[in-house]
Amino acid sequence: MQGHVGQSIPNNGRNPGVPLQADWFDTVAVNTAAAERRAATLTTRRTVKKAWQAAWLVNALRCIDLTTLAGDDTEDRVRRLCAKARRPLADHIMAGLGLDAVHTGGICVYPTMVSTAAKALAGSGIPVVSVATGFPAGLMPLPLRLAEIRYAVEEGADEIDIVITRAHVLDGNWSALYDEIAAMREACGQAHLKAILATGDLKTLRNVYKAAMVAMQAGADFIKTSTGKEGVNATLPVSLVMVRALRDYGERTGARIGFKPAGGIRTAKEAIAWQILMKEELGDAWLRPDLFRLGASSMLADIERQLDHHVTGRYAASSRHALA
Amino acid sequence: MPTVTDILATMDYGPAPEAAGEVEGWLKARGSFGHFIDGAFTKPGESFDVANPATGGHLAKVAQGSGADVEAAVRAARAALPGWSKLTGHERARWLYAIARHIQKRERFLAVLETLDNGKPIRETRDIDVPLVARHFYHHAGWAEMLEEEFPGAKPVGVCGQIIPWNFPLLMLAWKIAPALAAGNTVVLKPAEYTPLTALAFAEICAEIGLPKGVVNIVTGDGSTGAALVASKVDKIAFTGSTEVGRTIRKVTAGTGKKLTLELGGKSPFVVFADADIDAAVEGVVDAIWFNQGQVCCAGSRILVQEAAAESFTRKLKARLCKLRVGDPLDKSTDIGAIVDPIQLTRIRDLVAQGEAEGAVLHQADCQMPTRGCYFAPGFFTNVAPANIVSEVEIFGPVATLTTFRTPDEALELANNTRYGLAASIWSENINLALDIAASVKAGVVWVNSTNIFDAGAGFGGYRESGFGREGGREGMGEYLSLPMPKARPEAVALPLDAAPVPGQPAKGAAPIDRTAKLYVGGAQKRPDGGYSYAVMGKAGELGLAGLGNRKDIRNAVEAAHKAAGWGKATGHNRAQVLYYIAENLAAREAEFAARLKSAGAADPAGEVAAAIRRAFYYAAQADKFDGAVHSTKSAHVTLAMPEAFGVMGIACPNDAPLLGFVSLVLPAIAMGNRVVAIPSQTMPLAATDLYQVFDTSDLPGGVVNIVTGVRDELARTLAQHDDVAAMWYCGSAEGAAMVEAESTGNLKVTWTLANRNWRAAEGQGRAFLLRATQVKNIWIPYGE
Repeated sequence: MQGHVGQSIPNNGRNPGVPLQADWFDTVAVNTAAAERRAATLTTRRTVKKAWQAAWLVNALRCIDLTTLAGDDTEDRVRRLCAKARRPLADHIMAGLGLDAVHTGGICVYPTMVSTAAKALAGSGIPVVSVATGFPAGLMPLPLRLAEIRYAVEEGADEIDIVITRAHVLDGNWSALYDEIAAMREACGQAHLKAILATGDLKTLRNVYKAAMVAMQAGADFIKTSTGKEGVNATLPVSLVMVRALRDYGERTGARIGFKPAGGIRTAKEAIAWQILMKEELGDAWLRPDLFRLGASSMLADIERQLDHHVTGRYAASSRHALA
Repeated sequence: MPTVTDILATMDYGPAPEAAGEVEGWLKARGSFGHFIDGAFTKPGESFDVANPATGGHLAKVAQGSGADVEAAVRAARAALPGWSKLTGHERARWLYAIARHIQKRERFLAVLETLDNGKPIRETRDIDVPLVARHFYHHAGWAEMLEEEFPGAKPVGVCGQIIPWNFPLLMLAWKIAPALAAGNTVVLKPAEYTPLTALAFAEICAEIGLPKGVVNIVTGDGSTGAALVASKVDKIAFTGSTEVGRTIRKVTAGTGKKLTLELGGKSPFVVFADADIDAAVEGVVDAIWFNQGQVCCAGSRILVQEAAAESFTRKLKARLCKLRVGDPLDKSTDIGAIVDPIQLTRIRDLVAQGEAEGAVLHQADCQMPTRGCYFAPGFFTNVAPANIVSEVEIFGPVATLTTFRTPDEALELANNTRYGLAASIWSENINLALDIAASVKAGVVWVNSTNIFDAGAGFGGYRESGFGREGGREGMGEYLSLPMPKARPEAVALPLDAAPVPGQPAKGAAPIDRTAKLYVGGAQKRPDGGYSYAVMGKAGELGLAGLGNRKDIRNAVEAAHKAAGWGKATGHNRAQVLYYIAENLAAREAEFAARLKSAGAADPAGEVAAAIRRAFYYAAQADKFDGAVHSTKSAHVTLAMPEAFGVMGIACPNDAPLLGFVSLVLPAIAMGNRVVAIPSQTMPLAATDLYQVFDTSDLPGGVVNIVTGVRDELARTLAQHDDVAAMWYCGSAEGAAMVEAESTGNLKVTWTLANRNWRAAEGQGRAFLLRATQVKNIWIPYGE
C-alpha cells in the first residue's frame, strides 16, 4: 500500500465501560501550575523538521474531523466540505509528497446534515460524525437528546459527538452524569460515542479529570475537549489532563480511549503540538485516527499551505488551494 | 532520507539539529584565546584544548592562567576600581543594561556556543540558561540604579575573585558578575577549564560595548589558576563548585579578611506525598535530576515517596524515563545531552557501579545511545539503603535514588539526613503539609510542587555544607556590599589562667557567703567536667572562681542547645516577651550588676548595665519585626524569603565589656530563634555567670543560652570544629578569628569574626547582627487553579 496512507482505520475495540466508581477520581490531585508547565514545555522539548514535519502534518490531516457546525450550513456547503475531506491536498502537493491517497479522519456536521454527508462520502471510508444531544449546550430534555442520537445514527452517522450536562459536573452529581452518558452510549448502538466535556465551562482541571473519568466509565469511546462554542476551547493543559485521565483509565481497564481536542485549533503548528502531546503522554498508537482526532475546520487550509511550501519551496497562497 | 510515507508509518521525530555554523566560524577565526585582562585579550601562552563532549571534537585552545596572569588581572581590576565604584548607580545601570541587551542580541550564538562547550541540550541553553543570563543583568541594572536608596551607606567590597563551575557556565558568570558590577566592584573571573568559551564570548561583549577596561577580567585555566586567584590580593572570593574545593578555599582564606561566599554541592530531597499530583511529580523528576544531565548542584537527587503512592509513582516514573531522548545536544528534540567531560563520565559510572555493588537496583532508560561522545543513560535507583554511597554522595549525573517513607515526620527525617542543604522539592496538594515541610527542611531553596525554578529576583544558596551566602535578589546584593566597619578596639589581653588556688587577700566587698559560678548548661548550673576552676581577678584582687570548662563541657552544652529546639518554633512575640522579661529582671538587679562590673574595674558600670537593659529591649523589639520578603519573580508564583535561625550557634565573646559584649552578641542570636553556646569574657566571666539567675527568672527555656567559661580560644576551637554547630561568632584576637575560620571547615559552618568595638555606640547593635544570626530560605509556591 505504498503511498496510500489515508484509508479508513477501523474503530475496533469499543470501550465497554465499567460501573461508576468514584474512588477512581474523587480524590484526584491535579496541580494546575505543574500542568501548565508541562504543557508549555512539550513543544520546546520536541520538534519536527523537513520531511518529518511534512509527514506529521499529513498525519494531522488524516486525523482531522473536518467540521462545519454553523447556523448557515446548507447541503451544498456540506457537500463541498466532503469533497475537501476526500481530497484535502492539491495534486501537486500529493505528488511532491509521494502520496497517492489521503483523506481526513472524518466529517463533523449537525444531525440534519448527516445523510447529505453520508451520501457525499459513500465509498470513501471517511466516517460521518454527527454532534447530537442538543449541541452545544445540551440543555434539552434527555429523551429528546437520546432521540436526536438515534436520528443521527439512522441517517448514517458513524460517530456521535455528545455534549454532557455541565451542571452535573459543577454540582458533583456523578451518578446523574454517568447515567446520562450511559444512556447516550446505548442510544448510539454501533456508532461510536465521543463525549464532549466542554472543558471551558468546567473551569478547573480537577473537574476536567473527573468528568473525563465518568465519561469513560459510562462507555465513551473518545473524550473530546470542547464544542468550539465555549469561552475557552481546546488548550494544551486541559488536553494534558484529559489524556492522563485516559491513560489512567486504560491502565485500570485495558480499554483504549480516543482523544479529540476541538475548538480554536487553527494552525499547522498547533496540529504538531497536539501530536507531540499524544506521542509523549500516550504513545504512537494515539497518533492514528482511530484514537486521535483533531476537531478543526480552518486548520486544514494552513496545513495545506505549509505542505505546499514544503513541496515547492515557495510560500503559498490560499487562493490557489481548493476551499473546504 | 526516509520518505513521507515511511515517516507516516513510524511517526518518529527525526533529526532537528540547531545550526552551529556561525559559532564554528567564530571558533575557527579565533583559534586560540588569551585571557581578557584590562580590556584586551592577552597573547595566549601555555594553552590547553577545549573539546566538545558530544563528539570529542576540538573547539579551541585556551590559555592556562599562571600566577602572573592572575596578578595582572587583579592589578587591572584594582586600577579600575576607583573609577568604576565612583560612577553613579545610574551610570553603572546603563552599562549593565547594555550587557543585558547585547546578551539578548547574541542569544542564539551564546546558546549554541554553550551547548558545544558543555554538552547540554540546546533546549536548555536556548530556553533556560541564556534567558536567565539576560534577566540577571537586567535585574541588577536595577539594583545599580537604586543602590544608594536601597543600601544607604554601603560601599563595594572591592576587587572580587570569582570562580565558577562548568555546569551552567554563562549563567554562573552572570550570577557572579552582575551583582558585583552593580554594587561597584570590579572582578576577576575564572571559568571552569572544561567550559571557558562563553566567558570568553562574554569578554568580547564587554569589549564590544566598551565597558571600562579592567572592570571585568577573565582568566582561564585549571584548578591551579583558581588557587592563585584565591591567594591573590582580592577583597572577596565568590566560589561555586564542589564542597571539597569550597572547604579548601575556606581554609586558605581564613584570617585574611577576604569576604567569602560559597555555593557548593547538594543531595537535595525531592519529597512526594501520597496526595500529590503524581504525574506532575514525575514530570518534576525530569526537571530535577534529568535536567542538565543531572549535573546540577540543586538537583532533586534523593526522591522520597510516601509508601501509599510509591507503586504508582515508580511505575509512572519508569514509563516517563523511557520517553527521554538522549543524544546530540544540538538537536532540538534532545532531553539529555552529553556529560561535560570523560572524567566526569567515569566518575558517574564508578559511583553508579559502586551503588549497585552495595545492593541498590538501577533502573535505566532503555534508550538509543549515541555511539560516540560522553553519554550516560538517565535512571534511578531503588532498594537504596541510607548508608549506600549513592544515598550520600552527590553523583552529579542523571541518576536519582528513590526511597519510601511512611509519615511526614519520617519524610522530614530522611530529607534532613544529609550533610548538605541546598534545595528541596516538596510535592503535595495539601498546602498546610507542604509549607510545614518547607519550614522544617534544612535547605536554602524550597520548591513546592515545582523544582529547579530560578530567577534573578530571588536568593539562591545553601544551608550546611552546601555553602553560605546567597546569589540573586536583595540577599545576593548584600554579599557584594560592605557597610562601614566600626573602629576595632583592641581588647584587653587575657592573662594565662591559673587553676591552682591563689593565696592572698580576697577582694574587698566580696560576698559574705561564697558564691560559686558554675557552668550553665541546659538551664542548670553544672560543675565543669574537669573539676577545675580558675581565679577571676578584679582591680583589687580575686573576685571569685569561675569554672574551667573543657571540650566535654562544650559537647554537653551543644547537646543541651539542640534539645531546646522549641525555642526556634516559638513566635517572635513569645521570644520578645522573654527578652523583655530579661530586661525587667536585669533592671531589678541593676545595682548588683553595676557593683560587679565596678569590682572588675569597668569605667562606667552603671552605664554598661543600662546599655545591656536597652539592648534587651531592642532585640525584644526586633524579635517579631526582623522578617522576610516576598520576592517579585515569576508570574503566578509566591516566592517567600524567610530569614531562619541557624539552630545552634557558638558565640565567643570579647574580654572587654563583659556584660554588654555578652548581651550584645547573645541576645540578637536568641531573638531570631537560635540557641547558643556562649563563651563569656575570659577575664571577667562573672558578669555573664551572674545572668544565670536572671535567665532562670525570665522564663528563658533551659538550653537556649548555655555558658561555658574558661580559656576562650580553646573552647572556641572546639565549637568551631563541632559538626553540629551551624554558625559561629567570634569576637576576640586576630589569631583567634583566623583559627575559628580555619577550624570551621569540618561542616563549613557560617562564621562571623567581628572586631571588638565600642559596645555602647550604635555599632554595638542593629540589623547587621540579625542578618548574621539568620540564613535566608527562599520558598517557591506556584499557584493557579
